[in-house]
Amino acid sequence: MTYVHQVGSRRFAFADLKDLMAKATPPRSGDMLAGIAAATAEENVAAKMALADLPLKAFLSEAVVPYEADEVTRLIIDGHDAAAFAPVSAFTVGDFRDFLLSDAADSAALARLAPGLTPEMVAAVSKLMRNQDLILVAKKCRVVTRFRNTIGLPGTLAVRLQPNHPTDDPAGISAAMLDGLLYGCGDAVIGINPASDSLPVLDRLIKLTAEVIERFEIPTQSCILTHITSSIELMNRGAPVDLVFQSIAGTQAANSSFGIDLAVLKEGTDAARALKRGTVGQNAMYFETGQGSALSANAHHGVDQQTLEARAYGVARVFEPLLVNTVVGFIGPEYLYDGKQIIRAGLEDHFCGKLLGVPLGVDVCYTNHAEADQDDMDTLLTLLAAAGVTYIMGIPGADDVMLNYQSTSFHDALYVREVFGARRAPEFEAWLERMAITGPDGRLLPASGSHPLLGFATDHTSAGRAA
Amino acid sequence: MSPRDPWQGLARHTPARIALGRTGASLPTAEVLKFSLAHALARDAVHTPFDAAATGAAVRALGFDTLDVASAAPARDTYLRRPDLGRRLSQDSRALLAARPPEPVDLALVVADGLSSAAVHAQAVPFLAALKPWIAREGWTTSPVVVAREARVALGDEVGALLNARAVLVMIGERPGLSSPDSLGLYLTFAPKVGASDAQRNCISNVRAEGLSHEAAAFKLAWLLKEAFRRGLTGVELKDESDEALVDGRPPLRLP
Repeated sequence: MTYVHQVGSRRFAFADLKDLMAKATPPRSGDMLAGIAAATAEENVAAKMALADLPLKAFLSEAVVPYEADEVTRLIIDGHDAAAFAPVSAFTVGDFRDFLLSDAADSAALARLAPGLTPEMVAAVSKLMRNQDLILVAKKCRVVTRFRNTIGLPGTLAVRLQPNHPTDDPAGISAAMLDGLLYGCGDAVIGINPASDSLPVLDRLIKLTAEVIERFEIPTQSCILTHITSSIELMNRGAPVDLVFQSIAGTQAANSSFGIDLAVLKEGTDAARALKRGTVGQNAMYFETGQGSALSANAHHGVDQQTLEARAYGVARVFEPLLVNTVVGFIGPEYLYDGKQIIRAGLEDHFCGKLLGVPLGVDVCYTNHAEADQDDMDTLLTLLAAAGVTYIMGIPGADDVMLNYQSTSFHDALYVREVFGARRAPEFEAWLERMAITGPDGRLLPASGSHPLLGFATDHTSAGRAA
Repeated sequence: MSPRDPWQGLARHTPARIALGRTGASLPTAEVLKFSLAHALARDAVHTPFDAAATGAAVRALGFDTLDVASAAPARDTYLRRPDLGRRLSQDSRALLAARPPEPVDLALVVADGLSSAAVHAQAVPFLAALKPWIAREGWTTSPVVVAREARVALGDEVGALLNARAVLVMIGERPGLSSPDSLGLYLTFAPKVGASDAQRNCISNVRAEGLSHEAAAFKLAWLLKEAFRRGLTGVELKDESDEALVDGRPPLRLP
């Protein structure tokens, strides 16, 4: 159906729901590249006004991607919890924003509401929100997950230790891993992006991370970020897989371009859980997403990239992941042009994920052809910490030498802890203190050249190490 | 003064920035400035204007003819926002190539700025110098070297088709990383035509002194090209097994 809004003497018409959503989206290069963005600033605001008047219920009767053609749409509609939706079912999108910001929408109320919300509703309301609204509401959301530690408790912020190496060299990966642990990072996961997709290489990396976790009894989990079908094959061969990774997107066609569907995500989840490697819980999946992925796969159906990103969280939540992160600035300036667009997208993604009940972390990052720098990353990191982000990345010196982009560093994590008092996952916090890496106040102790962790480095960097 | 981390010995195992030391929670001044310099080099690699005239002159000095073309992206900021425009020739450039005599060639050669003009300035000419003997030994016919501004990889498809080439080689500046601002990428596409997918190309990346040397890259490229002609394809079905032809880790004198 067509949506119309009158601004003074001017009448703005929007062809359908996805057109209205796209035109109401804060400006970004990806929607312009797709040719679906508002043509003028006035049209952008007119679309927001029309969207504010739209009943939330409309999202249950009009799909932005056709139900018949897309299994993600079917997952969203068929899985909708009408009872959870009831308290907000009479609201317009504008009313919904007012409700979310009200005192009545406390942590418990928002947690009860999550199963009743569709990704499209959440994306729609985010388009009416300023950055401070996105921060305030996300801060109220509680999403707690568990594997070998507890992620997402109030007042905590976790860090993924990302010790990548351009040729997957075990000595190089070990060196970066120990550097991160000695900087107090790694409670979210020790997660390696391998350069290779060869199964023997992946198997060696899994065993390397499992060995360090077992030897030092670290209450954390490991993950090799390779295709889910490779992880399934490795589990079949008996490899010690903790978390199973996969990139996911918000349409069936985009997921298909990744070589996955919902069935294989379920297969991977079931296989990981069956290993029962978690000690305090079995949230066994790790998903990555990012605005623009569907457009870059030519699988966007004319839907704006932020709405499709929220749909990716709709996919994620069904599989009860330990961690989900949006790799917000990785994709490049044709999707998010500059620091302003990256910052906005990071806050939107975090808000949408949390409101849908997903444990959302953010890879606060940029590439060298985007109009962004470390100051922009500091700003986004600080805003996300204020919003209670579940976790961030920890990369030596913020420079990923395998993926060639800049993210957040071990030092950045320390900065956030200083400024916000954000603590680590409690089990990991206790381990750091036991290992004399941190003191009782959570701050790093002076570094010691004879720390036991460095013994692992010696074993794994000497010429005679076992492969 | 900030203490340095006592595990600096581990840094020899990885190019990653480990054992940086700290002052409180923060990076020491020297490390902040080192990072800023690396980022500045990478930014300059993206934004320094491509010197097509000097590149063309250096290519001609190697004994190649050259042709200057531009993509449909009129300027750098448009190029960054609109990858679709960087994949197509400007109208003038299309007319220039279309007006050439249609004699077929084995290989069309394209030098393109891509995302790092620094990479093209530093690597394109020495790489072509290393490739030239392989072209001569195999007796391949080549087009003039097309020097392309504001270009993406897929621009080569249109160039290759207009020049009636059996294959096209695009030598292009790669997206710069902090530790690799001047890395050249090589993309080889058999039977080029507009709309070819990336799955139909073979890629050799990280061509630079600290990565894959010009000589090693030239041998790999020649091996792939000969196999592409033999099998009538490039892309995912053509696996790079050139390493098996190395003699004591060095390229042989002739292709197998």
